[in-house]
Amino acid sequence: MSIIEIQQAEGRRTPLLRRFLRKPSGVAGLVMLVVPLVAGLCAPLLARLEGQDPSTLHTNLLDPDGGRPLGAIGGVSADHWLGVVPVTGVDLFAQIVYGIRSSLFIAFGASILSIAFAAVLGTAIGYFGGWLNAVAGRVIDFMFGFPGLMFVIAIMAIVPPEMPRGLVLVLVLAFFGWTVPARIIGAQAGAINARAFVEAARATGAPPWQIIRREMLPHLFGLVVVLFAMSLPANVSVVAGLSFLGVGLRGDVPDLGKLLSDSLPWIYSGADVWYMLFPGAVVFLIVFGATLAGDALRDVLDVRTEDAA
Amino acid sequence: MRDPVLQVEDLSVSFTSGGVTTDVVRDLSMRLDGGRTLAVVGESGSGKTITGRAIMRLLPRGASARGRIVAAGREMLSADERELRRARGSDVAMVFQDSMSALSPYLDIGAHIAQAVRLHDPSVTRRAARARAVEMLDRVGIPEPADAVRRFPHEFSGGMRQRAVIAMALVNRPALLIADEPTTALDVTVQAQILALLRELQQEYGMAMLLISHDFGVVASAADDVLVLYAGRQAEYGSLRDIFEQPAHPYTTGLRAATPRLDARLDSGGKRTRLRAIPGAPTSLRDAGPGCAFAPRCGLADQVGERCVVEVPLPTVRPTNEDGGLHLAACHLDRLPALQEVAR
Repeated sequence: MSIIEIQQAEGRRTPLLRRFLRKPSGVAGLVMLVVPLVAGLCAPLLARLEGQDPSTLHTNLLDPDGGRPLGAIGGVSADHWLGVVPVTGVDLFAQIVYGIRSSLFIAFGASILSIAFAAVLGTAIGYFGGWLNAVAGRVIDFMFGFPGLMFVIAIMAIVPPEMPRGLVLVLVLAFFGWTVPARIIGAQAGAINARAFVEAARATGAPPWQIIRREMLPHLFGLVVVLFAMSLPANVSVVAGLSFLGVGLRGDVPDLGKLLSDSLPWIYSGADVWYMLFPGAVVFLIVFGATLAGDALRDVLDVRTEDAA
Repeated sequence: MRDPVLQVEDLSVSFTSGGVTTDVVRDLSMRLDGGRTLAVVGESGSGKTITGRAIMRLLPRGASARGRIVAAGREMLSADERELRRARGSDVAMVFQDSMSALSPYLDIGAHIAQAVRLHDPSVTRRAARARAVEMLDRVGIPEPADAVRRFPHEFSGGMRQRAVIAMALVNRPALLIADEPTTALDVTVQAQILALLRELQQEYGMAMLLISHDFGVVASAADDVLVLYAGRQAEYGSLRDIFEQPAHPYTTGLRAATPRLDARLDSGGKRTRLRAIPGAPTSLRDAGPGCAFAPRCGLADQVGERCVVEVPLPTVRPTNEDGGLHLAACHLDRLPALQEVAR
């Protein structure tokens, strides 16, 4: 058996990306996640393409009596692709793409930070156990008992105006977001650490870092992806809630949550359902896409579900 | 005389939990030379697995070992983590009972073996380590090793997996192999193949093997010497021949009577015999009394009397059929009655 033959045998393994792209649900999820993300990233460009901006008022497009947009589907036209916002007449498409930019990036930032921290801490808890587990466990208990939302509201209320509110929101959400994932990952890591193949790796002389990286992390990856996919929509809604309460982003910064909460009376009265449907569809796409892509990624990473091909 | 590959002196292992300390292994000594196999035999809970783990210093949390263990020239009990890591997998290796759980489901077979190679010689390239893995799989008798190397554990049969585990343990040619029930999870025909493979590789590499088993059949086909453990203590030690031909501890005879034998008919003069279980359950280590741990289950304790329940018997020298062989038994009885009488 020559080395060349071995390399050839090795080469037959399908790369990760191709296996992911072979899964229709994964590709669909990825597209649903990436399209709004790119739209958010390119918000100024898209708004200019449309010929609008997210702050100009177009009161001439509103019904003077009640302020609902004139025309069908919430005032959709060649100039205003998704219509205009009731009462103010601001362009809804520009509001949405700018809104994705602010809320999604805050949610992403907070989820990445909190899940990354939870993954590191949870793995350490699982591997080292003992006093680390005891101390971290008590801290997490304390955080559970802590009125997090009250704290977030208080913090956001006293943030000095010169500080970037978006960044503060990311940090505050991350600070309260790591506890549950850390506990879940810690429990799972502890269970893996007790399994025989970790013992076997130790018996071949593997150092702790190697055991964590090669034996434990592959088992935890799926869980981390799922926790991230769960954390993202939760953070989107918390940002929306805070904006609704007036302690989120500044009033003049568009964000999806604010759009949704502002649209509530219009959908209750049935006067302008499109005001909620358009931003709602975007939130739905992002959340559903994250879930689908997360599931597919987990399946692809799990060698046991890989087909023999 | 050459230095033994494994020397254990007065090894005691204790567990502390909830402020209570329990000795699970007590005052154990053994010696094992290269190319030889020492079988450690006993029931569940007799401390045989813990003894194997203690030699590699892979004890569970809460366990501590005292005494002295020298394996392949290394003081295992006083070594620091770095030195232990250097010893594990290169001087001393281990084969586990359950091959399915001893292999990570996320790594292919080759990765397991290549990792063991590169851990002990970082200068080996990834590619060369994979090539070593293929060679080693070929050596342990896995067909089409170049293909098998990139299979995952779940794609292998039990026997193949155990071969892979052996390849992983032996790829660095350890001086000492600790085989913890290596054939227990396998069916009987595969058992024989795996034992034969282990013996063959042992001869080839000249390594010492500590075979942990509860199965006297396995012991009889693979061991040179036998150490019988009961409740963490040495009950009897001797050559395979002495243990089988003139056992000097009632526990050894009890274990033997409980092992199915193909030649049972001859033994009992043509009459069919039932297997005899040792009465009672293994002694709880926590409430061990002052006397012999086996006394409550021993059919001969009443022949000795009081002494069995008040005094722990120490290993003493017994007659041997082997030239220069050492035969020890920890029993107050100097001579056991013949096997049939004990079993009755």
